[in-house]
Amino acid sequence: MKISAIKELLDAELICCEENLNENVFSACGSDMMSDVLAYVKDQAVLLTGLVNSQVVRTAEMMDMRCIVFVRSKMPTAEMIELAKEANIVIMATKKRMYEACGILYSNGLVGNKVRDV
Amino acid sequence: MSEALKFHFDVDGTDFTSAGQASVQIKKNLRQLGIAPDIIRRVSIAMYEGEINMVIHAGGGEADVTVTEDCIEISLRDHGPGIKNIEQAMQEGFSTATDTIRTLGFGAGMGLPNMKRYTDDIQITSEIGKGTDIVMRVNLK
Ligand SMILES: Nc1ncnc2c1ncn2[C@@H]1O[C@H](COP(=O)(O)OP(=O)(O)OP(=O)(O)O)[C@@H](O)[C@H]1O
Ligand SMILES: [Mg+2]
Repeated sequence: MKISAIKELLDAELICCEENLNENVFSACGSDMMSDVLAYVKDQAVLLTGLVNSQVVRTAEMMDMRCIVFVRSKMPTAEMIELAKEANIVIMATKKRMYEACGILYSNGLVGNKVRDV
Repeated sequence: MSEALKFHFDVDGTDFTSAGQASVQIKKNLRQLGIAPDIIRRVSIAMYEGEINMVIHAGGGEADVTVTEDCIEISLRDHGPGIKNIEQAMQEGFSTATDTIRTLGFGAGMGLPNMKRYTDDIQITSEIGKGTDIVMRVNLK
């Protein structure tokens, strides 16, 4: 799914890295706990979260994620936007709640992925 | 690469916002060395989890990364409270994190299991009241 399609589906406001809207993502992960996110590795993924601090961007960066969607109208800080620009990660914000945002992406074909076995 | 390459970082235990900077830097260094992306990702995630743990559980510490022809070794040292029961701490879901830490997005009890998940070897030594030593290895061959 193209990142631009995620923006449309979630009626989201684009916050940075517009130039990457044409990139594809193949999986998604929704969580407010960063180590839960870090357990799920898949190429070119999108992170949906209601957590707002710099560690969200670092987590996405460590995982090579392409896009972060903040749910429930959460807005990233200026510092987070700077970090995201450096790491080339698209940030957007949607008014939708986590459950609904994940459901919309899932039902449009963006499925999750498995945890790597310990 | 015949000589081992070494990187050293002091991890500030007073600033949650900057936690993870050492891992971000290592990721850049490994990229410059031309290491495969999936290896870089495994090393970065394992080190990031360890770095965050040092900040939220141990008041900071030190990190050393050594890159040789055969492997990447991540060594973390802190002088925090130590881990009482390492086997229990390795269980998914076990956490002593406070509610404050949880509101920051950590405390799922997944960090140590993730460190094990993404590395080929992990050795933890810890002494109550003295600190914790973690050495992780990711093989390149
Ligand atoms: N460096 C450390 N010093 C002291 N205790 C530690 C250290 N690292 C981990 N621990 C202990 O081990 C427990 C489990 O660590 P782990 O990283 O798996 O989970 P967590 O940090 O609590 O949550 P998460 O990593 O999911 O955010 C911690 O809650 C803490 O009690
Ligand atoms: Mg942890």
